[in-house]
Amino acid sequence: MYIVIAGGGKVGFHLAQELLRANNEVLIVEREAARVAQIAEELGDSVVQGDSCEVSTLDAAGVARADLVAAVTGDDEDNLVICEIARKRGVPRTVARINNPRNELLFKRRGIETTVSATQAILGQIEQELPTSDIMIPLLQLASGLELVEMKLPDNSPVVGRSVREILLPSESLISLIVDPGGVPRIPNGDTRLNAGDALVIVTRQESMEWLREAFIGSRHGLDT
Amino acid sequence: MKVLIMGCGRLGARIAWTLDEQGHEIVVMDTNPTAFRRLPASFGGTTIIGNGMDGPALEKAGVEQMDAFMATTQGDNRNYFASQMAKEVYHVSRVLCRIYDPLREELFRDIGLETFSPTSLGARVMVDMLLGKPTPVEVK
Repeated sequence: MYIVIAGGGKVGFHLAQELLRANNEVLIVEREAARVAQIAEELGDSVVQGDSCEVSTLDAAGVARADLVAAVTGDDEDNLVICEIARKRGVPRTVARINNPRNELLFKRRGIETTVSATQAILGQIEQELPTSDIMIPLLQLASGLELVEMKLPDNSPVVGRSVREILLPSESLISLIVDPGGVPRIPNGDTRLNAGDALVIVTRQESMEWLREAFIGSRHGLDT
Repeated sequence: MKVLIMGCGRLGARIAWTLDEQGHEIVVMDTNPTAFRRLPASFGGTTIIGNGMDGPALEKAGVEQMDAFMATTQGDNRNYFASQMAKEVYHVSRVLCRIYDPLREELFRDIGLETFSPTSLGARVMVDMLLGKPTPVEVK
């Protein structure tokens, strides 16, 4: 993936490091020349100096071919504008860091994904976009503290062809619903066989989610692909 | 007409003053209270200290009852942000926004805001002044 990161502060820098480590093509656009020099020392030519709110800067960064733009400057208004420009240039996915949580609604109305925080949260969101990972989507945290997640079984999933009974789930975990590739929902029983393309709705504990990913999808981490 | 103006700089103050004279109900917001000095002593509208990008401040200014919102601060991005707040969150029916940068202005207009760029307009007017004839308008 080609990812443009607007803003080379702590968030932008660490985000870039992680994404580079996962073999993505990354370009940070940072306004301050001194900060650009600092980043260049660590990340080489993955940084360019410029104001990412300027259409011409983003064009020069090749934003039109970016798969994703992450706007992570310290100013919410700048992040909004950056995402709007990116979308106008046809970028399929834009993620904005919001510094004031109250601004979340506006970004939502504009159809821009947001994250209130730091690197990990942004990474978490981007991860859903990477090849293996749009297959595990957190849906809801239940009042009991349990999580509801949706998981789509890829063709190479280790559990394809097996029955629900054969899968040893962690404690307090349950496959509550299976939606087949045709969109038909079923409540599974022990004999229900799992097929590639099935979407499973699973109740589980937060700490079991990594385990489930490994068991159902096979890769431990979306970014490893 | 009830109008909320964000930014009491030269443009904002001038608009506030003009509309007030015509009998409209005006509220002007600025983060800096000294900005209100630009308004004439005769100004009959309301001034509020606050940031137009802040939901609660907009609500305090009565954004939900407004017929129009105008963003005239010095920051293009701030103006865009506040305009979208007024439009998308508070459903103000007319939202007008000053954007200096012609490229951004065009882009925001495409998105659906009523935008105005003093740069594009000023350039055209000054070129016309110099050449003594109107610049052909691009047809898009």
